[in-house]
Amino acid sequence: MHELSIAQSIIDLVYQYLPEKNFGAVKSVNVKIGKFSNILTDSLEFCFDALIKDSPLQGASLKIKNIPVQIECLECKTISDIEPPIFLCPNCNSSSIKIISGTEMQVVEIELKDEIMEEK
Amino acid sequence: MSVITVERKVLEKNDIIAAENRKKFKENKLLVVNLVSSPGSGKTSVIEKTISLSENRLKLGVIEGDVQTDLDAQRVEAYNVPVVQIVTNGACHLEAALVRDAYKKLNLDELEILFIENVGNLVCPAAYDLGEDFKVLIVSTTEGDDKPLKYPAMFRNSSALIINKIDLLPYVNCNVENLRNNALTINPSLKIFTTSCTTGEGVNEWIDWLASKK
Repeated sequence: MHELSIAQSIIDLVYQYLPEKNFGAVKSVNVKIGKFSNILTDSLEFCFDALIKDSPLQGASLKIKNIPVQIECLECKTISDIEPPIFLCPNCNSSSIKIISGTEMQVVEIELKDEIMEEK
Repeated sequence: MSVITVERKVLEKNDIIAAENRKKFKENKLLVVNLVSSPGSGKTSVIEKTISLSENRLKLGVIEGDVQTDLDAQRVEAYNVPVVQIVTNGACHLEAALVRDAYKKLNLDELEILFIENVGNLVCPAAYDLGEDFKVLIVSTTEGDDKPLKYPAMFRNSSALIINKIDLLPYVNCNVENLRNNALTINPSLKIFTTSCTTGEGVNEWIDWLASKK
């Protein structure tokens, strides 16, 4: 539901990294989205495309890498991938666990088109 | 192909403002509670009942968040408690910057506990840190006992759960034990209260716990 705000935050971050003359040179924005971050990736892509229409980023694609939910058991120290909503260690069944990945929302990198860069 | 490395959190800007809010609240020795729930679970009623049954034991202030209207602020104001209304005009959650603008309208020195009543929504508010000490989730018996399984992130991110409207249990299809067990499966450290804001049942236990946190 808040994918539009998230897409706008991604775009704001991208602009911070682009010198003015490189606008339009963006090929893709690569992001990591955890599977436990309440983000619907199709909706995020839709919002990103809608927001960059007729903007200097038009044509850029949003590449989303989904990050599985991984927990560390505080009892037996096993690290496992799990599927929410069950937060139990698959090894010893303990509920004393720490989520170590799967909640992230991160802009990883921006890929630029070669031809624009060569013009510099 | 050229690549610019960014490696930054999408909500970094919100997190920075939330950290500033938290620092300010700490300086004022203020306990800040972010109240979250579906629309209509009873967030404002819990605030009202907390005010009326605590009988001035707690110096409370309230920031109300709603998509439209200041109806909730009017309800709280009737108890002579300092209140500020945030109207999000459609946004489905509160953000740290909105809370910063709102708390500046309150005299924090006069307060011990600040309630931030979030927009009624069990999805989006889970992602936005406001600078609170912890989140308290309210779920009502009319919503059914499977809510924790459907909205795990919010249950996982909250410190306490208030199961509200228990006076309606004879009329609704909700098993409180199932609700409790489902919630504890998602988050075993949840402190759970059962309340009715109509009869007042269970509200004193919640108030005592809240007072012990300040």
